[in-house]
Amino acid sequence: MNLVTVSGPPSSGKTAVILKTIESYQKQGIYVGVIKFDCLYTDDDILYEKAGIKVRKGLSGGLCPDHYFVSNIEEAFAWGQKEKFDVLISESAGLCNRCSPYIKEIKAICVIDNLSGINTPRKIGPMLKSADIVVITKGDIVSQAEREVFASRVNTVNPKAVVMHVNGLTGQGSFELSTLLYDKELDTDSLKGKQLRFSMPAALCSYCLGETRIGEEFQMGNVRKINLEQ
Amino acid sequence: MKNTSIKDLLEKYAFAGSYLEQNNFDISGKEEMTIEEYLATFSEEEKEDMAFDSESIVKGLEEYIKQMLSFLGEDKNDVQSLTIIGGTNKSGEAESFGEFTISTGEIIAIVGPTGSGKSRLLGDIEWVAQKDTPTSRQILINNEKPDYKWRFSTSDKLVAQLSQNMNFVMDLTVAEFLDLHAESRMVENKEDIIQKIITCANDLAGEKFDLTTPITSLSGGQSRALMISDTAILSKSPIILIDEIENAGIDRKKALSFLLSQDKIVLMATHDPMLALLGDKRIVIKNGGIHKIIETTDEERSMLHEIEAVDQKVQNLRSSLRRGEILTSDSFK
Ligand SMILES: Nc1nc2c(ncn2[C@@H]2O[C@H](COP(=O)(O)OP(=O)(O)OP(=O)(O)O)[C@@H](O)[C@H]2O)c(=O)[nH]1
Ligand SMILES: Nc1ncnc2c1ncn2[C@@H]1O[C@H](COP(=O)(O)OP(=O)(O)OP(=O)(O)O)[C@@H](O)[C@H]1O
Ligand SMILES: [Mg+2]
Ligand SMILES: [Mg+2]
Ligand SMILES: [Zn+2]
Ligand SMILES: [Zn+2]
Repeated sequence: MNLVTVSGPPSSGKTAVILKTIESYQKQGIYVGVIKFDCLYTDDDILYEKAGIKVRKGLSGGLCPDHYFVSNIEEAFAWGQKEKFDVLISESAGLCNRCSPYIKEIKAICVIDNLSGINTPRKIGPMLKSADIVVITKGDIVSQAEREVFASRVNTVNPKAVVMHVNGLTGQGSFELSTLLYDKELDTDSLKGKQLRFSMPAALCSYCLGETRIGEEFQMGNVRKINLEQ
Repeated sequence: MKNTSIKDLLEKYAFAGSYLEQNNFDISGKEEMTIEEYLATFSEEEKEDMAFDSESIVKGLEEYIKQMLSFLGEDKNDVQSLTIIGGTNKSGEAESFGEFTISTGEIIAIVGPTGSGKSRLLGDIEWVAQKDTPTSRQILINNEKPDYKWRFSTSDKLVAQLSQNMNFVMDLTVAEFLDLHAESRMVENKEDIIQKIITCANDLAGEKFDLTTPITSLSGGQSRALMISDTAILSKSPIILIDEIENAGIDRKKALSFLLSQDKIVLMATHDPMLALLGDKRIVIKNGGIHKIIETTDEERSMLHEIEAVDQKVQNLRSSLRRGEILTSDSFK
């Protein structure tokens, strides 16, 4: 089975792009399933089910969804194998600009949209910078010039990635994207021993452990203070 | 790059500065170091904080320099013609037109019912299809099998798009906006080009605007005029795809002839008779296939004046309504 990891900021168009891409696969008889990781809430499973796609979801609740992703992707992978998918696509909400759910030797796609502002590419960390393919959505509502400037900013922070424009509403560009995702050669039996592309930050402070009170005496562990001097 | 100081590197490749900047590196005071020496000044903890690893940064920089050099080294207008070689329609039957070539300076309209495959045809062109899309069509550029760079390059796209529902979303003045776009296209004579774009945009738009106007407060007509003139002058893409351009506030005929004067190929998906008849030919799509290619006839062209006259009348009615007038049967004469 192929695993493809898709990540990106909230509402950037991940589900829309995945749905359109799967449409192309269904026409070619390639069987695809989806596993969705989010933090507090998602309706995406309903959208996938409506399109006749097998889906499972996991909500991380109090954890960073990317940390939750790594701890659960092996099980999700096993589910996909049991279902006999040709491709399992994971969709994760990129809520924390520091973490990313990308694994070495597994295709990594970052979905961002043209409306997010031209300084967004430099604000997003490894989720954008270590992706193999960057999909830019919502090009239908901005000018050609803004699309060009945005794509060039993305290319500047990640020159190694293939940058593609996909329209999540009409599906324009999704067939082309589909040709880059599935590759029989890249079939994997197991994720055991594979590594994340980028470490996730070492964060373990009292707030990670459920502390809610504000004040120095409640702060323990890995705590860092802001510098307000000029 | 191994033994070159950052200073020498930037002298040779000025654009490398934006790579470092966009990756949030501040090199001031470190210019004498090589890039590797500079990256080695960060502690493991700082690297973790900024989320980078040195090897990827160096590799990325090499790749970026390579791409930009190839972008700068190219002839500006190397596309003279585009050829579509027929594939199959949705029922798998072969398209009957054989081969169809479009040259720079031509306007082609694309017509057909919803879902018939207009967007797919445009997609085939943009992706320079090589019998590897659902239509099995093949696209040639200058009569040859094209370079795959058209598929994957960010700076060299074959097709630029202008469409009805596009807006400006950035919070910038016209001048700042054009400057930013020119910067990303790495043009040399920026000031001249910006002046040229605004002059031309004002020529296309009914109401004038200037460089200090915020782009988001331009009227619909002004926005479209600026988009067209900016795309024509700054976008390197040799093919311009127009998805219905609304009539209000802009001289569409002038806009098209302006695009053609920049040696572009213009493709329009439209059912507006005024636009469709401005084209040299029109492609009729049916059931996913190119069903017919019709050359605009002299009779059709001569009708254009009448259609324009009717259109003008409708526009006058619009203006009257806008002014709060009461329409009479004379208003439509
Ligand atoms: N105009 C336009 N809208 C789009 C495009 N792609 C997605 N959208 C819309 O953007 C909204 C968010 O899209 P989703 O696909 O749900 O985004 P997402 O990234 O999956 O969102 P989460 O999973 O909630 O983080 C939806 O209303 C989509 O219809 C596009 O290319 N153009
Ligand atoms: N020759 C073909 N063979 C197989 N599938 C095709 C062919 N042409 C088009 N299609 C498919 O038919 C669907 C509809 O085509 P498309 O979106 O291009 O229509 P359209 O004319 O642009 O419609 P609209 O007017 O609604 O924008 C798409 O999924 C497209 O991939
Ligand atoms: Mg989603
Ligand atoms: Mg269409
Ligand atoms: Zn995180
Ligand atoms: Zn914490």
